Amino acid sequence: MVPISYYIILSAILFTIGAVCVLIRRNAIIIFMGIELMLNAANLAFVAFANQHQVISGQIFVFFVIAVAAAEVAVGLALIVTIFRTRKSIDVDQLNSLKG
Amino acid sequence: MLLSEAITQGPEFFSLAPWIIFFPVIGLLINMSFGGRMKERTIGILASSASGLAFVTSALLAISLLAHPEGAILPLAEWISIGDLQLNWSIRVDTLSTTMMLVVSGVGTLIHIYAIGYMHEDVRFKGDPGRYQRFFVFFNLFIATMMILVSADNYLMLFVGWEGVGLCSYLLIGVWYDRDLLGRPGTENALAGSKAFIANRIGDFGFLMAGFTMFWTFRTVTFSGVFAQVSQIAEIQPGAILAITLFMLLGVAGKSAQLPLFVWLPDAMAGPTPVSALIHAATMVTAGVYLVARSAPLFSAVPEAQAWVAWVGGITALFAATIAVGQHDLKKVLAYSTISQLGFMIAAVGMGAYVAGMFHLVTHAFFKALLFLSGGSVILGIERGHHHLDHENHHDEEVFDPGDMRLMGGLRKKMPVTFLVFTVGAVALAGIPPLAGFFSKDEILAEAFHLNFPVYILLAIAAFFTAFYMGRQVWLVFFGDPRHPAADHAEESPPVITTPLIVLAGLATLGGILNLPWVHTFTHWLEHTFETFHLHLHPGKFNLLIAIISTALAVLAIFLAWLLYGRKPLLKNQADPLKKILGPIFTGMNRKWYVDEAYDHLFINRYIDLARFLSIKVDWDFWHDWFHDRVIVAAYRQGARILAGPIDLGIIDGIANGLAKFFQAVANRFRKLQTGYVRNYALAVFAGVVVLLGYLILQ
Repeated sequence: MVPISYYIILSAILFTIGAVCVLIRRNAIIIFMGIELMLNAANLAFVAFANQHQVISGQIFVFFVIAVAAAEVAVGLALIVTIFRTRKSIDVDQLNSLKG
Repeated sequence: MLLSEAITQGPEFFSLAPWIIFFPVIGLLINMSFGGRMKERTIGILASSASGLAFVTSALLAISLLAHPEGAILPLAEWISIGDLQLNWSIRVDTLSTTMMLVVSGVGTLIHIYAIGYMHEDVRFKGDPGRYQRFFVFFNLFIATMMILVSADNYLMLFVGWEGVGLCSYLLIGVWYDRDLLGRPGTENALAGSKAFIANRIGDFGFLMAGFTMFWTFRTVTFSGVFAQVSQIAEIQPGAILAITLFMLLGVAGKSAQLPLFVWLPDAMAGPTPVSALIHAATMVTAGVYLVARSAPLFSAVPEAQAWVAWVGGITALFAATIAVGQHDLKKVLAYSTISQLGFMIAAVGMGAYVAGMFHLVTHAFFKALLFLSGGSVILGIERGHHHLDHENHHDEEVFDPGDMRLMGGLRKKMPVTFLVFTVGAVALAGIPPLAGFFSKDEILAEAFHLNFPVYILLAIAAFFTAFYMGRQVWLVFFGDPRHPAADHAEESPPVITTPLIVLAGLATLGGILNLPWVHTFTHWLEHTFETFHLHLHPGKFNLLIAIISTALAVLAIFLAWLLYGRKPLLKNQADPLKKILGPIFTGMNRKWYVDEAYDHLFINRYIDLARFLSIKVDWDFWHDWFHDRVIVAAYRQGARILAGPIDLGIIDGIANGLAKFFQAVANRFRKLQTGYVRNYALAVFAGVVVLLGYLILQ
């Protein structure tokens, strides 16, 4: 039986990698992947705790997260495709027209 | 002794009394609403029937009074109810008011019938048929308001009628408001109407003051309420009753054209002749006499007031009689004669000879209406002659006054009926027995002889002048040769005009029967009313000496008139023979003793000066130029400047702009945060999460 702290540590490492990826990368698709990484880190923590506490709701929550993430991917990729069509680039550092 | 004792159980029609007002009102409403679509004659007949029905009602009331001489008071409606004051709109039927109703509606009906013919010709000569309907509407309105006046049960209701007849007088004088006296476009008729109205207003001021003082003293204005307290108040506050009666005298002077307010009546002759006859001779102007007779208990309580009234009447009688002598206009002579005769009546009621005054009022209504109407017939006859001439001779464009007696003459043969009835009226007015004027005037003179000798002298001289000017008028108008082609072509009037004249001539002849000496029918008739207020009338004693003196004076005056105007008739363009004898005195008479000029000088011009001063100096220069244009404009500009500058720009805009600048500055700081790099936002979210988690963990 793998202790729960291992899962939590793995989840934290995955989450940190995703967050850093979102903060430092310029390619929009890579940033997207960072976000997916963070979602899955959360999913991992959910199932780990669900198993630990022997409750089903944590696992059901994960299914919802996966479903929402899939929908989000569809919208996000469509946005990225549209941005690429207009700007010929997906470098987020060039997308600063909301600058105040 | 009393006629009523013979008929103890007689018919009683008192409940019909309101119809004396309703009939003329119905007539005027129909004529007002549908007169435009009716024929002239229909309008006239309708108006005459309305007045005639009012006469029939009055006659029924008189018959009822024979059996029930105490009369009746018919409350129609509750009128005013304030605190303790309870006033009903009630109709008072007693012998005094019914006498007036009979005169007003009886003479009024005859004049209505006459007016059917007269106004037809008048609108033909002056060319506005629409005025016919207007005339009859006003005429019926006059009958209605006069009936309100005489049937009133309290002074306030009487005042309503008093004002109403004044209004009708104004409207009817000015019925040709867009014409001058000769029918050309102008404003003289309108001005004459205004003059009458304004002079009456001064009198009405007196009436109102009397009413206020009365209410202050008696706490009521009903006749019965006031008269019941007179003897009691007369002991405590005689001054109050004196004030009431003297103020009332001012009202009487206005309405009955006495000194000093008589000036409006001669000008009122600008109205059509039926108006002069009905309103300014027979009925409205006698309202003052009626008022004094009605207020007899008040006047009897203060002998000073009685003396005042008698003197005003006596002086007016003589004063106006002298003016009448010097007039050239047919209607002006009759107008001054009316003022003079009203003076007789006022003097009589002032002396306490109420029956004599009322008796003269009745007979005067007969013969003065007769004189005016036949005078109107003369004027129409001459207008017909003039019209006839115009057809023959088209370049006759001279200004022609059909009322000027100097242009008449010889009408005896052209207009025989008119001549006959006019002479009857003139003889009645002159006081020759046995016509009506003799009995009534003689009763006044006999009473004056006992009650107030100086006034008797004034009245006797006035009676002498009366006979003289009537003689002068008859000879000037009807005798000699025509002094103008129009008079030469004059034609007699149609029967619709002459029939009322003949009826009136009969009344003027026989009117004396009403109160023959030693019989005193009229005295006993009125006694019932005056005894209600504990006022005992003494039947006027017939004084043969006075009767002989006054008859002799009248005959002498007529003889003098014959000497001057009859023996050698006036020739064309000849000056009045009296002018040679009297010189400047005649000029004075002719110019009405310059009373109008004096009033112009003393009051009217001063008033105009004041009005001019107020309008030019006070209103225009001070208020408009200085106050409005300078002060208010400057203040406004200064105020606007302050409001626009420091207040609007400084404070209000300052607050708004300051807020805007503040938020702009704050926003400029915060906009730096919006880098547009999604990474920065993500970092901020991340930092926020770290802070929140840190807080939750370290808590």
